[in-house]
Amino acid sequence: MSENALAARGVNKSFGSLVVAADVEINLPQGVRYALIGPNGAGKTTLINLMTGMLRPDAGHIFLGDEDITALPPEQRVWRGLVRTFQINSLFPHLTALESVTLAVCERRRVARTWWRPLTAYRSEVDEAYEILSSLMLAPVSHRLTRELAYGQQRLLEIALALATRPKVLLLDEPAAGVPRDESQELFTAIAGLSRDITVLFIEHDMELVFRFASRVIVMVGGRVLVEGTPQEIASDPQVRAVYLGKATGKADHG
Amino acid sequence: MTAATVAGPHQYMAEQMRWRWSEIAFWLATLLPFLVAPSYLVLANQVAITALFALSLDLILGFSGIVSLGHAAYFGVGAYAAGLASKWGWGEPLSGLLIAALAAGLLGYVTSFVIARFRHLALIMITLGLGLLLQEAANSASWLTGGFDGLQGIHTWSIFGEFHFDLYGYTAYGYSLSALFLIFLIARRLIYSPFGLALRGIRENGQRMPAIGAATREHIRTIYTIAAIIAGVAGALLAETTETVSLEVLGFQRSADVLVMLILGGTGRLYGGLIGAAVYMVARDQFSGLNPQYWYFWIGLLLIAVVMILPNGILGGLSLLARRLKVPS
Repeated sequence: MSENALAARGVNKSFGSLVVAADVEINLPQGVRYALIGPNGAGKTTLINLMTGMLRPDAGHIFLGDEDITALPPEQRVWRGLVRTFQINSLFPHLTALESVTLAVCERRRVARTWWRPLTAYRSEVDEAYEILSSLMLAPVSHRLTRELAYGQQRLLEIALALATRPKVLLLDEPAAGVPRDESQELFTAIAGLSRDITVLFIEHDMELVFRFASRVIVMVGGRVLVEGTPQEIASDPQVRAVYLGKATGKADHG
Repeated sequence: MTAATVAGPHQYMAEQMRWRWSEIAFWLATLLPFLVAPSYLVLANQVAITALFALSLDLILGFSGIVSLGHAAYFGVGAYAAGLASKWGWGEPLSGLLIAALAAGLLGYVTSFVIARFRHLALIMITLGLGLLLQEAANSASWLTGGFDGLQGIHTWSIFGEFHFDLYGYTAYGYSLSALFLIFLIARRLIYSPFGLALRGIRENGQRMPAIGAATREHIRTIYTIAAIIAGVAGALLAETTETVSLEVLGFQRSADVLVMLILGGTGRLYGGLIGAAVYMVARDQFSGLNPQYWYFWIGLLLIAVVMILPNGILGGLSLLARRLKVPS
């Protein structure tokens, strides 16, 4: 089990009679780039919520490396390296980009509790935040309020916030949702450029992006994992064709 | 507002916390009552105390997004703590503040565990309930608090055995203003610390904070306790400078008034509570002089007018004006 960065074992979750996760088994080996695809309401975002602790599973376990993290609250999972981004921008509108990322760095370094020293004394935290922003081409707008940033820049800031926590496993919920096509290529190039120490799983509807940037693909339907394989295997899988690829592909929806 | 020029990240952070000329002017202006309006020093003392109380509310409401309609609980506990200490024979004012800070801080710390679990409407109900609870408790414990008649027999000693509390409020205003300024400096330092940044994060998007690894509840407990301590000190200042404590210090009216003042001045700006307290209390003084029976009518009108014209309070309006005029604030 230790070669897996993140694993779900027999995870179940339902809201009343609606089953959103049924015996989900997932193994994410270290450093792999995974895509999670599936039609609307397949339970993709729910699975991310379950793994990051935003939801508690009814049954089953989540493992980060060898550790069972099923009972841990979200922030403690973040401390251990399991980090997510959100499909709909979930940012700090009236903080600047630099302030937002500095905040995340300060939380990671456990200095966000100190209230008697000014922020200016934390030069290396600010430097690190600025470096992360630079690596995502956000340095020129780092002093702008988040709400004044262009939409695509806000999507990048989502990723910057996640990187500031030094993730081992990064779960990206439709990182390019709502971004124009040419920009979404740029965004995924940034994701592809992430350190190979980070295991990445992303939800994406654009099959071209999936096939270009994922080394393996998981297909979910109706709360179940239908099939898992390389992009080529998935593309030629008759089951997948039937439920997913047969429909209008590449059209962004909101699952 | 020099954000247009691309400054380095460190310059930018330093610029944020630089002392503005308007701030220095503000604090110089607080000395004016000594010179131009000595007959209003008693009122000025009340304003300074209420400003400190409003500052404490700003730390939780304006900076951390924690709504409270029962903040007078901590003010009142501070007032009774200092008042009782004096009644029982210890009227030294500075240690009186310390005793009040301890009592209010303790209550704040205990209640913060409940506060940290809730948000928005639920918080309004909980803080409101807490305030009512405490006031009734103080009312029924009349052997301790004097109940409806108030706490009698408070005598505040001279400060350092030097500055006697006079009838005209010279010492009182000097004392309260000093306390306000010192605590303001601490609050200002807090706001520009990593912790202050985390608080703004909670205000901006509390749901997102755990996803960047923030211990949100712990942060809320800390700031709530700090705010309770400051409110307690404000209450103690009132007890010491007026040498009376009545049930009204714990009342809903006080909780509501301070909220109104803060919104009037502008939340989340450190100075909002200070300016709001000054405007509100001076207006109340003038209106009640004009029309002793119906002065709340004018207060009501003032509130509606300010909120309609200046949704971010007086300070929000001023900073908008400054930006329009391109005047460095």
